[in-house]
Amino acid sequence: MTGPTMSDPTVSEPSSDAALLRSSRRRLAYDGLGVVLAALGFGLVYGLSARDAGFSLVEASAMSILAFGGAAQFAAVQLVAGGLPWAGIVLLTGFLNARHLLYSAALAPWLSDRPKAVRAGLAHLLTDEAFALSLAHFRRIGRGDVPGYLIAGILLTFIPWNVATVVGVLLAGGIPNPEAYGLDIVFPATMAGLAVGLVTGSRELVAAVVGAIVAVGVGLAWDPSGGIIVGGLIGPFAGLVVPSRTPPETWPESPVALGRVARSQATRRSERSEP
Amino acid sequence: MTVELVGLAVLMFAVTYPTRALPLLVARVDRLPDRALAYLRLVGPAVLAALAARSVAIVTDDGGAPSFHVGIEWLALALCIGLVAWRRNLLLGLVPAIILVVVARAAGLA
Repeated sequence: MTGPTMSDPTVSEPSSDAALLRSSRRRLAYDGLGVVLAALGFGLVYGLSARDAGFSLVEASAMSILAFGGAAQFAAVQLVAGGLPWAGIVLLTGFLNARHLLYSAALAPWLSDRPKAVRAGLAHLLTDEAFALSLAHFRRIGRGDVPGYLIAGILLTFIPWNVATVVGVLLAGGIPNPEAYGLDIVFPATMAGLAVGLVTGSRELVAAVVGAIVAVGVGLAWDPSGGIIVGGLIGPFAGLVVPSRTPPETWPESPVALGRVARSQATRRSERSEP
Repeated sequence: MTVELVGLAVLMFAVTYPTRALPLLVARVDRLPDRALAYLRLVGPAVLAALAARSVAIVTDDGGAPSFHVGIEWLALALCIGLVAWRRNLLLGLVPAIILVVVARAAGLA
């Protein structure tokens, strides 16, 4: 796979393009329904988990608004509950969210003609889901589209995630024993499922397996939270030992997604419509 | 209502925003060395797997001492991983995993 291809964004938009734009935005909203459901579900669980870990409503919401990254937030909740110093949590957040560099770079050519201030604002909304939905949308219409990006980033992701966070925190007091409802398995299962979504070859698989083994080994021998960081650092080195079957300069075609809609359908449609 | 962790949220924003914004604003991340790009691509799977493994395989006692744990959570995790790998749908993997744990605990098996 190569980087994004597109038509000249400076070309004026004829009426047929306007129809295509409307159609693609409708498709974007339809594809995003799965993302909305997932964001509502996981946001709710995040809110419950955060409250269980001692977060107040303000603290849990601040994290959802400012960090706005599911995996990092779930990790932070667990690590705060485990007493890990903030520096470790921030370091782990940086590693977990480093993949956004790739998403941002993949979207950059589509949005390069927009004012810097606009791009700076759009950047905060960049998540796995927003990337998957908007890249597919851009490819369908052959150019960047800020309103379409905002639909993906705000309407379909940011708002559901934050509303569900608030609801989860408020509901948490009414659930005396979360383990009886299996809520304690939600976090590891979510992390594992997201990892599976990122495994696209033997390199990723080796990185994940080694990262897991090292995390447990170091966690038992030294510190459970520290083991996560060490595993996350060493796992990729192990993956790099495996010969790659894809050129290193390629970008992620599709990020990890919370639903099949975002990962598969949107991407396949975009590939079919790509010139 | 406590607000102490708002500071942590700000720090998480401070470390996350540059990864989202730099390539969009200034830097050309595709100019990084190939090995660095390849490493970055592998960080996600490694960290997420580490988080999952630590959660199900290590428990801590009241004093904070870690110990190895084997339980129904392993089976639930394997079920989730298998379903997600098969159907590429996280929700489809998550719901059966939760149900398995709830039923096993209700039945006194875990």
